[in-house]
Amino acid sequence: MPWDLDNDRPIYLQLMERIQHDIISGVYKPGDKIPSVRDLALDAAVNPNTMQKALSELERSGLVYSQRTSGRFITEDETMLKKMKTELAQQHIRDFFEQMHQLGFSDDETLEMMQKTLKGEKQ
Amino acid sequence: MRPILECQSLTKKYGSDYALFGVDLALGRGQIVGLLGPNGSGKTTLIKLINGLLTPTEGRILVDGQAPGVETKKIVSYLPDRDYLSRHMRVKDVLAYYMDFYKDFSAENSSRMLDALEIDRKARLSSLSKGTKEKLQLVLVMSRNADLYVLDEPIGGVDPAARDYILQTILTNYNENATILISTHLIADIENVLDRVVFLSAGQVTLNASVDEIRTDYGKSVDTLFREVFKC
Repeated sequence: MPWDLDNDRPIYLQLMERIQHDIISGVYKPGDKIPSVRDLALDAAVNPNTMQKALSELERSGLVYSQRTSGRFITEDETMLKKMKTELAQQHIRDFFEQMHQLGFSDDETLEMMQKTLKGEKQ
Repeated sequence: MRPILECQSLTKKYGSDYALFGVDLALGRGQIVGLLGPNGSGKTTLIKLINGLLTPTEGRILVDGQAPGVETKKIVSYLPDRDYLSRHMRVKDVLAYYMDFYKDFSAENSSRMLDALEIDRKARLSSLSKGTKEKLQLVLVMSRNADLYVLDEPIGGVDPAARDYILQTILTNYNENATILISTHLIADIENVLDRVVFLSAGQVTLNASVDEIRTDYGKSVDTLFREVFKC
């Protein structure tokens, strides 16, 4: 099943995000070996060089490390994984507030609505 | 490393009309390149020049450093934009034909692909549908272990499911040192498998960039950019 990718953003960035997401959601666990570039590229239905670039970037960020002969692995550094998770959450929150601004709600109004929603009240 | 394909001020005239004008282009090894342009922009002319079916009016074209000829045909696997096999042959005869012709033809690869596409080896070509014939031709071309694959409109006539399989076939069968040049109008379908694209417009190269460079610089897909650049 080809990965679902947006049309307007660089492909390698989206591949990085997808793999990060797979790490957070537990598809890959800390220390797991990840599939070869070729297999991942086939699975995603993307160019292998693009997949290679995504993995190199993940390696540069430290999230993935490679062992010369045996392939690439997910980091076992729990602090780093937690940091990535937090950063992603913050990104989602920023995006959400941005959308609410576009709908004309201030931060305070948004917060109030969120609390009401959590309490199960109707608007 | 020297480029697998190099064009230097390549010009081709048909009568007084320029099909290609002063094309400078170098493609390195190990990439999948989309050759994109509207009808009549010179894509097929360029492809025919690569394969020695036409000769340049001016300038040079080099495949792995050599002018197109017997030696370059050994390393170039070419899918023309029309069917070229005898209607009276059976699939298995065509396979034998390719085995005889090309040292780099892999019977194992062709068998695997024919099975996956459920193409009957005993069928006569005249009994195959247009789409199945296209699939067969692509199988023949991709079963070779070539340095340069030149595919002229490889996915135009097949259904979307077969299209996915064909793209997968291309991804599975090409090795890291080979280059694939694909001309197509179905940009959105193949965009994700391309390294870079070359836009041809009225016989000239107007853009030569990687897919991700285009997305970064323009904030849009190659397909969208094409539709804007070549808006009628």
